[in-house]
Amino acid sequence: MSIFINRDTKVLVQGITGSVGAFHTKQMLEYGTKIVGGVTPGKAGSRIEGVPVFNSVYDAVKATGANASVVYVPPGFAADAICEAFDAGLDIVICITEGIPILDMVKAKRFMDGKKTRLVGPNCPGVITPGECKIGIMPGYIHKPGTIGIVSKSGTLTYEAVHQVTSIGMGQSTCIGIGGDPINGTNFIDVLSAFQADPKTEAVIMIGEIGGTAEEEAAAFVKAKMTKPVVGFVAGQTAPKGKRMGHAGAIISGGKGTAAEKIEAFRAAGISVSETPSDMGKTLARRLGLKVK
Amino acid sequence: MNIHEYQAKAVLSKYGVAVPKGKVADTPAEAETIAEEFGTAVVVKAQIHAGGRGKGGGVKFAKTPAEAREYAKQIIGMTLVTHQTGPQGKKVKRVLVEQAGRIKRELYLGMVIDRGLSRVVMMASTEGGMEIETVAAKTPEKILKEWVDPAVGLMPFQARKLAFGLGIPGELTGKTVKFMTGLYKAFVDTDCSLAEINPLVLTEDGDIVALDAKMNFDGNGLFRHKDIEVLRDFDEEDPTETEASRFGLSYISLDGDIGCMVNGAGLAMATMDMIKHCGGNPANFLDVGGGASAEQVTNAFRLILSDAKVKAILVNIFGGIMRCDIIAEGVVAAAKTLGLSVPLVVRLEGTNVEKGKEILAAAKLNIIPAADMGDAAKKVVQAAAGRAN
Repeated sequence: MSIFINRDTKVLVQGITGSVGAFHTKQMLEYGTKIVGGVTPGKAGSRIEGVPVFNSVYDAVKATGANASVVYVPPGFAADAICEAFDAGLDIVICITEGIPILDMVKAKRFMDGKKTRLVGPNCPGVITPGECKIGIMPGYIHKPGTIGIVSKSGTLTYEAVHQVTSIGMGQSTCIGIGGDPINGTNFIDVLSAFQADPKTEAVIMIGEIGGTAEEEAAAFVKAKMTKPVVGFVAGQTAPKGKRMGHAGAIISGGKGTAAEKIEAFRAAGISVSETPSDMGKTLARRLGLKVK
Repeated sequence: MNIHEYQAKAVLSKYGVAVPKGKVADTPAEAETIAEEFGTAVVVKAQIHAGGRGKGGGVKFAKTPAEAREYAKQIIGMTLVTHQTGPQGKKVKRVLVEQAGRIKRELYLGMVIDRGLSRVVMMASTEGGMEIETVAAKTPEKILKEWVDPAVGLMPFQARKLAFGLGIPGELTGKTVKFMTGLYKAFVDTDCSLAEINPLVLTEDGDIVALDAKMNFDGNGLFRHKDIEVLRDFDEEDPTETEASRFGLSYISLDGDIGCMVNGAGLAMATMDMIKHCGGNPANFLDVGGGASAEQVTNAFRLILSDAKVKAILVNIFGGIMRCDIIAEGVVAAAKTLGLSVPLVVRLEGTNVEKGKEILAAAKLNIIPAADMGDAAKKVVQAAAGRAN
C-alpha cells in the first residue's frame, strides 16, 4: 500500500516536448513509472522517449487509459493545463511548474471546485512511492521502500528528510511535496489523513515553513484525528519579517506565519519537533523507540 | 514588486478609482508651479516605497505655492526614516503635489489574496489611517470582509454591504460601488498581490477618494504587464538582490557574516536556522534553485563575495537532478576565478557525491569538507570566528 500513486498508476506528461518535460520523462521511465503518453497541443503523432504525444489530455486518456498526469508546462500556461487535466477526469494531477501567477491559481481553484481530481502542487518536487512509481523531479535513487510517510512544502528539504530516514535504516511509504506556493491543491491535512488511513505507513514526517497558517491547521488535525506518530520540522526560524524567502508563500507578514507559532502548534498537538534540520531522522528514531547512534 | 504612491494612483484612476488631483515634482520649482496651477492649498508628499511618511516629516500641508516650494525643498533629497524603512532610511527623489481636500472621515480599504480560501478578499474598516495589522490584532470585529468569486468578480451588492457596514451615507453608495469595483478590476487586471487605500476619505464636498494608495504586484504575473514592469524603481531595491534576480537566483541580504549558498528555498531557510543554532549569523539567504547550473554557482559566489561583511561561506547542496560533480566543478571554477579570500565550508550530498568530493579534494583549495548539515554549520561558524577547525 501507499498513498495517491502506486505501480499501477498510468501517467501522462503535460508539456512532454519541452526540455524539462522530456528530460524528466526519461528519468521517470528509468525509475519504472508507467508513462503512457504525453500532451503538447499541436504535436500529436510525435514520440518522446518512445512515448506517444497527443494534442489534448482527452485524446491521451481515450487512447491510453491514463489516470494521472504531471505538468511541466511553462508558468503562463500551467493553470490552463491543470484545468484541462481536471476536465478530463483524471484521478491526480501533479504540477511541478514554478512561478504560476497567483491569480491564475485563484481562477483554477474555482474551476476545480466540485471535481473529483486531486491536484498536488504547483511548485513542488512531485510524489514518489519508492520502488513503484515516481512522478516529478526528485532523485529516485535516494528513496527506499518502507513505512515512513513524508510530506513537505520544500523540495530539497524533503530529500534531506528522505536521506536521514534512510540513514536510520528505514524507508518511505510515499513522499509528497505539496509545494511552496500560497495557493495549492493538496494540503498537509489531505496527506496526513491519507497516511493515517494507509496500513503501510507507520509514522509521518511533516516539514513546514514560514508563511500562512497551513502548519497550524495541520497540527490541529494531528491532535484531533491522528493516532500514528508525527515528527515535524519548520524551516525559517531565523527568517526576517516581510521578506519573501524564495517560495512565493514563504513570507512573514503582519507578524503572522512565524516559525515560532508553528512550532508551538506542533508541540501542543503532540508532534515531536526536530530542533534543527539535521535532526529529523534522529527525532523520528527516538519517537519510534529505535536505537540510533 | 512595489511601486510609488503616485504611480499607483495613476494606475487606479484608469479603472475609475477616484484619487485627488495631483502631479509629481522632481524639483521645488516644479512643486510651486503645480500648486499655482491648482490654485488651492496642496499637500506635498515624499515618494518612497514605505509607509509612515507623515510621522517622519515627509508629508506637509502647504497653503500657498511659495510654501509648496519651501516644503518640496526640505523633502526632496532628505533621508526619510520611518518604521518601515529601517534605521538607515530612504532618500527622497521626488514629491507628489496634491490638491488638499477637506476631510470628513477616514476609512480603510484593502485587497489581498486569502491563501486559505484561495480567493481575493476585500477588507474594509472604519479605522482609517491605522495599520490594518494593528486593527486585526486589537479589534478584529472592526474589519469587514467580502470574498470575491473569480467567475463573476466583485458584485455591486458586496460593495454595498461594505459601504453600509462602514456607515457611508446612502447618497454616496453609487460612488462607493464604482470605487470598489474599480479597485477590484485594477487588482485582477494587473496581477496585484496587495492593494491598499489607507486612508480612504469622505470629503466635505461629498466625494469618496483614495488619499493614499499602495499596490504590490505578483512578480510571477509581471511578464504580461510590461506597462507595470517599467514602473519598477531600482533605487528602492537592494542592488545585490536586483543583480541576483537577473541570474535567476533568489537572494536576500541579512545582517550576519556567514555567506550561504544552498539549492532549494526550504533547505536554504533550514541552513540559516542551522547556522543560528550553532551560534553564527547568516549574511544572506541564497537559493540557487533546485537544478542549479555551474554558471549559477559562479554567479552566486560573486554575489556572496561582494558583501564585505562575509567572513566565511557555507555551500550546502543536496544534488538531486543536478549532480554533485557538476556543482563541485562550479565551486572550484568560481573559487579559482574569483579568488577565495575567506574560508569555504562545503557540504555535498546526493547524486554523484563521491565524484564531487574527489573534485573538491583534488583542487587543492582551502575548502573545508563537511559530513552533514550540522557538521557544516558548526565548521562555518568556527571559521567565521577565526578559530582553527
